[in-house]
Amino acid sequence: MEKDLNGAVDMQIDECGQNKHSRNQEDQDFSSNILKCTMESSSLMQTFVDGYHGKHPAQDQSYLSRREFSFTLENDIYLRFQSFKNANEMEQSVKEKCPHKIDIGPVYSIDPVKRHAYAQSGSNGFAPVERELVFDIDISEYNDVRYCCTGSDICLDCWPLMAIAIKVIDAALRDDFGFNHILWVYSGRRGVHCWVCDSKARRLSNEQRSSIADYLHVYKGSENSSKKASLTGSVLHPFLVRSYTNVLIDYFEKKLMHSQKLFSYEERYQKILGVIPDESIVTELHDKWKADRKSSSCFEENRWNQLKSLLQSRKQKVQGLRRCVEEIVFTYTYPRIDMEVSKHMNHLLKAPFCVHPKTGRVCVPMDPQHCDSFDPTAVPTLSKLLEELNTGGWKADTENGWSGTSLGESIQFFRSSFLQPLLKTCREEMESSYNAKVQSNKNSLNW
Amino acid sequence: MEIIRSQKKNETTSTNLSLYRSAPVLEVRLDDFELYAIDRLRVLKGISDGLSRGKKPDEMEKLVNELWRSNMRHLDASQITNKDIISHFVLRLVYCRTEELRKWFLSMETTLFRYRFRIESPESQRVLMAEFQLPYKALSHVEYEGVKDKLVQVSRSIGQTSTVDTLFFKVPFQEVPELVANRRVFLLKGNAYVAMNQVASIVVSHFRSNLSKALVLTNRKWTSTIREQEKGRLTPIVEALSSSYLGPDYSQSREIADISLKDIDQLANSSFPLCMRHLFNRLREDHHLKHGGRMQLGLFLKGVGLRLEDALAFWRAEFSQKVGSERFEKEYAYTVRHNYGKEGKRTDYTPYSCQKIISFTPSVGDHHGCPYRHFSEDNLRAALSTMGIGGRAMDDVMDKVRNHHYQLACTLTFEAIHSSSCDTGINHPNQYFSQSRKLLSPKDQLST
Ligand code: SF4
Ligand SMILES: [Zn+2]
Repeated sequence: MEKDLNGAVDMQIDECGQNKHSRNQEDQDFSSNILKCTMESSSLMQTFVDGYHGKHPAQDQSYLSRREFSFTLENDIYLRFQSFKNANEMEQSVKEKCPHKIDIGPVYSIDPVKRHAYAQSGSNGFAPVERELVFDIDISEYNDVRYCCTGSDICLDCWPLMAIAIKVIDAALRDDFGFNHILWVYSGRRGVHCWVCDSKARRLSNEQRSSIADYLHVYKGSENSSKKASLTGSVLHPFLVRSYTNVLIDYFEKKLMHSQKLFSYEERYQKILGVIPDESIVTELHDKWKADRKSSSCFEENRWNQLKSLLQSRKQKVQGLRRCVEEIVFTYTYPRIDMEVSKHMNHLLKAPFCVHPKTGRVCVPMDPQHCDSFDPTAVPTLSKLLEELNTGGWKADTENGWSGTSLGESIQFFRSSFLQPLLKTCREEMESSYNAKVQSNKNSLNW
Repeated sequence: MEIIRSQKKNETTSTNLSLYRSAPVLEVRLDDFELYAIDRLRVLKGISDGLSRGKKPDEMEKLVNELWRSNMRHLDASQITNKDIISHFVLRLVYCRTEELRKWFLSMETTLFRYRFRIESPESQRVLMAEFQLPYKALSHVEYEGVKDKLVQVSRSIGQTSTVDTLFFKVPFQEVPELVANRRVFLLKGNAYVAMNQVASIVVSHFRSNLSKALVLTNRKWTSTIREQEKGRLTPIVEALSSSYLGPDYSQSREIADISLKDIDQLANSSFPLCMRHLFNRLREDHHLKHGGRMQLGLFLKGVGLRLEDALAFWRAEFSQKVGSERFEKEYAYTVRHNYGKEGKRTDYTPYSCQKIISFTPSVGDHHGCPYRHFSEDNLRAALSTMGIGGRAMDDVMDKVRNHHYQLACTLTFEAIHSSSCDTGINHPNQYFSQSRKLLSPKDQLST
């Protein structure tokens, strides 16, 4: 997933919206190309959401038609509860409605389009039954600990916060929870999304989803509370220890502390000192740093070391003080997930491979192993992709139709590292449940 | 559960605690049907009050015991179990019919079961586990040695010391959500390592999930057959039971005449609970609230009787200062109307209860939630003192907060401000409001 992991695939590539801005005479070409993009990416996305099945006799044919999609149209008109019988129908609808954005929702007990019919018959059997476990991490949640950007902007200096989130959560999902089929995507604007697609993840109840979100949740800050991470107990839970030693401390000491210049400005280090409950230590450090006027490039290093040694070396009776170092690191680095998104089955999340309607950047899959070298600012926009397609790097209707574009690499990654293993597992699961069924039928016949 | 020592096949060990696996086949007299149900409902209501008053586990244990003993007696000792089972199944019918009702019933019955399980003898606890057929394996010695460090680490992290001779079980993490959520277990590859003393939580979660599924089934049966079949007999009783015992949901203001825009600042000051005052003040200052805040305050205002047109005017006046009136109409007016059931699904959204508000997890930039729960101590103190709380009252409130009794803290605040006691406790922001109005302007009351 290097810098040129660009390109824009997207089903809802806004044929309508974008075209208005494109050069007139080429409109025709553009349209047809975009349409091809749309086909290709919609088939990708389809495999993604419906790929759990294949044409196996044990497959539930109505699966796709019970999946909710929602379209956001040009004027922010929001169409919820769309559903489609098959890829074709979906393409038709995308072509017709030209959505700017497509969200994926849960699989319901019945076709969401028909939900009213059921409601009238009095049974409220309309409920979500399956849904990938999803996470949404948004850079603007970190606005109190980054100084490089404001609002929802993201740059290479604050991207490490996202990399940390990916590493910590990915490790927990695999090692602690035992999930294997995990897809990370850059949302196209201000954060990352994670889709956990193992069948046991899709079947989690809301309560179980909440428990996972809570397990991963340390950050307790709202606007009105100063302490952002609260760590209790004389020892930390093994998951937190592992996250701290394998990920957090390194990123803090080697990257963020420097790139965000956390100790160079009074207003910034004040905030850090605010975590320490002992007035005398705070005053000591503050006075020392304030007096030290000559500018230095290693403020960060020196001051952090001073703080650490003061908190840790003193025979601190108060256990809370030793914990402060960790609390500071957690506050400045630990993932801040949007809890509500993960807790409920029926939360919608933007489909992978969409173009972000505001930035034009594509929502691309990425390799968690190499999330450090991912550059969100280099993710190409729709217009760049169109250019590439137009200058001929692209051949339609081949399996690797994207190889000529800057999106090729991430699609390649998506197929080989995520999609194929997922489909294989699903086939095996289906196979074995089918065999079990056949077996039990036989048994009952014999009997 | 194969693990627990070598289980003596003791046929005579039995338990009073039913798992309510199947509906009773006994004949039930119609009178008993109703009376039993009402008695059980008293127990569940009592539990619900206890929970919302923030009682601690040991207080809850005592409370549940008392409630059970005083309400579920029967003159004929042999009928006690029957009464338990019958009343449970009747209430299933009563509470199966909407998501909201099911949730409440599920949560109360689970709590009841949890505390009843606790006081059972070890033998009967074991019988119950066996009945659930929990297929977990105890860790073998080798396995234990492999993860010992981690297990010790976990138990120290939750303030327990001795793990040396505790038996551990490997359980799929999905079955112990509570333990996972609080990081009270070690997790490895999808398995939670559960200590013997945590097993109760597993049993309870099985009970809960069985009941949850059963309720959905009951609901289906109810709508497809029972309601019709029992039209002349059970149906009226069932329907009466649910409506007569549900607290008000404040979806429409009932007690007080509609409020008008010009009074709203004064009302916010005198009669809004802290959560709503805070949102209200932020809105006045920032001319903006994030979604969570808009919902919480918006529905509350609907509940206190702000009409739709006034609500639109109110939100427009603030938001347009920040985002301009055009964007307000485009992006925000919809939600306001939606809350009043005028757009979209047309469902009438009900104002949030304290329980719901307290369970939120607001993040940066959010102002919704319950201040007693979500503010830092300093901010809470500052906010309370602007409401005129100080001295003893402040200490009492903060004391409740430290013990996580948020609604009690809110109740004490109410009492201090109104110099009057509030026996029911605060369960709903709209209840706070209406009780405050009753005390502050009894005349309004009479004239409506
Ligand atoms: S206890 Fe209820 S009414 Fe009081 S502040 Fe909290 S949520 Fe609001
Ligand atoms: Zn930045």
